[in-house]
Amino acid sequence: MSDDQAPTVRASAAAGRRLAGTAPEPGVPKPDALLVLDGVTRSFGGLVAVRVDHLEVQRGAITALIGPNGAGKTTLFNIVSGFDRADGGRWWFDGRLLTGRPAHRVARDGLVRTFQLTRVLPRLTVRENMLLAASGQRGEQLLPALLRPLWHGQEREAGHRADELLERFRLGRLRDDHAGTLSGGQRKLLELARALMARPVMVLLDEPMAGVNPALTQSLLGHITELRDEGMTVCFVEHDMDVVMGISDWVAVMADGRLVAEGPPHTIARNRAVVDAYLGKRHDEPGTIQEEP
Amino acid sequence: MDFSVIFSDALRSGIGPIAAVYALAAMGLNLHFGYTGLLNFGQVGFMLVGGYGLAVTVATYDGSMWLGVLAGLACAVVLALLLGVPTLRLRADYLAITTIAAGETLRLFYRSSWAEDVTGGVFGLQRFASDFYDLSPIPPGTYGVWLVEFNARDLWVLIVGWGLVAVVGVLLALLVHSPWGRVVRSIRDDETAARSLGKNVYWYKMQSLVLGGVIGAVAGMLQAIQVQSVNPDSFDPAVTFFLYTLLVLGGAGRILGPVIGSILFWFVLTFLDSALRQAIDAGYISSDLISTSEIGAVRFALVGLALILLIVFRPQGILGSRKEMLLSER
Ligand SMILES: Nc1ncnc2c1ncn2[C@@H]1O[C@H](COP(=O)(O)OP(=O)(O)O)[C@@H](O)[C@H]1O
Ligand SMILES: [Mg+2]
Repeated sequence: MSDDQAPTVRASAAAGRRLAGTAPEPGVPKPDALLVLDGVTRSFGGLVAVRVDHLEVQRGAITALIGPNGAGKTTLFNIVSGFDRADGGRWWFDGRLLTGRPAHRVARDGLVRTFQLTRVLPRLTVRENMLLAASGQRGEQLLPALLRPLWHGQEREAGHRADELLERFRLGRLRDDHAGTLSGGQRKLLELARALMARPVMVLLDEPMAGVNPALTQSLLGHITELRDEGMTVCFVEHDMDVVMGISDWVAVMADGRLVAEGPPHTIARNRAVVDAYLGKRHDEPGTIQEEP
Repeated sequence: MDFSVIFSDALRSGIGPIAAVYALAAMGLNLHFGYTGLLNFGQVGFMLVGGYGLAVTVATYDGSMWLGVLAGLACAVVLALLLGVPTLRLRADYLAITTIAAGETLRLFYRSSWAEDVTGGVFGLQRFASDFYDLSPIPPGTYGVWLVEFNARDLWVLIVGWGLVAVVGVLLALLVHSPWGRVVRSIRDDETAARSLGKNVYWYKMQSLVLGGVIGAVAGMLQAIQVQSVNPDSFDPAVTFFLYTLLVLGGAGRILGPVIGSILFWFVLTFLDSALRQAIDAGYISSDLISTSEIGAVRFALVGLALILLIVFRPQGILGSRKEMLLSER
């Protein structure tokens, strides 16, 4: 995306203001942290994929998590959302210790994630994919499931919401198609819409815009900022810097599994640690680079 | 060769009590495999504990039939829990390995001399079905429609059997089209995605395993009643593979798939049997080539051939949708 098309969506003044006094340093405490990570580590064989000393994510803000490929962003999402086990460390969501909590419980707590490699349910229709995400459905229990009147009303309400979201994501006319027939970009959209269907407190979006039609990207970014303004917390991984600069209130940067920089978007572009991380150059700040044998 | 005999034999088998038994057992398997994606290779084990639950209660302990039915169902629930608790958190293949082993282990256990006092060992158990036949409102005699004829007992089993198929079919249809069914189908498609949306995948798999197993146990009881005896060797591992055959034939993941599949499976199997027999008798096939005692093996070889052709030309089965099947193989 070129400069003159830069996202028109602006970071929220409210969320920005609340983070205004926060120093742009890795691990800095936030005024109102919803997600807090402490000493989280994960290695695969000899490779240390994640070693985050401390990270706090501000409630009601859009936080971008950036970093070169292999930095450990997806692994960090997997750990926090309960899909991977950390080797060490603890993390809290809304004051509740999440360490070791199974993935489905994390989602029910209101922390919902999407996947970098999309996971739509191919043999369910687009609409069924959406309905599945609705929470607290009585009809999902075995015995009430047999008695349609017990859940019919709830199902219809969920259906309305699903249709609204699908329209918003331009998937309305595909709603009765099997999700397996969608294109890569449409799958990304469906997964995002599905995550929102769950009415999450916070979403972890792993490269939500990859492969999505640029014209649609704009309207989706608008939608995400609206949700933020309504109080939802967003943390997303993204490689498109225009998107990152355009909508995030805060940016966290990972490299080699570590959190190397944090700050409001404008401070990130000229941060030395970030430039080095992306260029793959070792810098001389003590303690940020571990010599490899 | 008398084609009306061949045809009436085949038809009699296709709508007979055993077809109902297999349809029922395959409906349970369909819930496991077709809807939840659970690879249960030991459905025969559920039939066994169901049949024996009834027979042991009545024949060994002089209990009533209804108590026997409850015992059979309870055994199926326990078996499902024993199989599910250690495996359902693991990859799908672990359930497959465990169930295939469990089915065979159960058969060997029930036929062991150690268990003989209770299960009758290799001799099995008899004389436990009279309560069932006493309930029959059908006066003794033979009843015929068109080409087929059944005696009063078989007719009674047949009516109860297909009645159970209908009831179970309606219940399963209600279930799979409910939000519960949606969760279960989502687990079949991608359990990681289901988990990310807050679904307790383990719990749903367990419910499905128990429910499908209980349906298998009901089929096992019906089979025991039909032949009026239980014998460990009639619960051979091959039964599970016949169930898979007819499920794939009819269409997995379709409510009527196992029903159509079972009717057709037994129709074709008996048709081949009867046709081969007549062809040998009439001298069309030299008895040097196939002797009468080899018919059993030959007809299964032909069923295998039919299955290969089916997989090549209509892998989704009779009722399945090819488009939908291909979606799962991204
Ligand atoms: N399951 C795994 N097994 C082995 N190595 C893995 C596994 N998952 C991730 N990794 C490694 O961990 C590092 C971080 O990966 P990832 O979290 O996917 O990075 P990012 O999302 O930032 O691109 C990479 O070097 C990757 O190869
Ligand atoms: Mg990644």
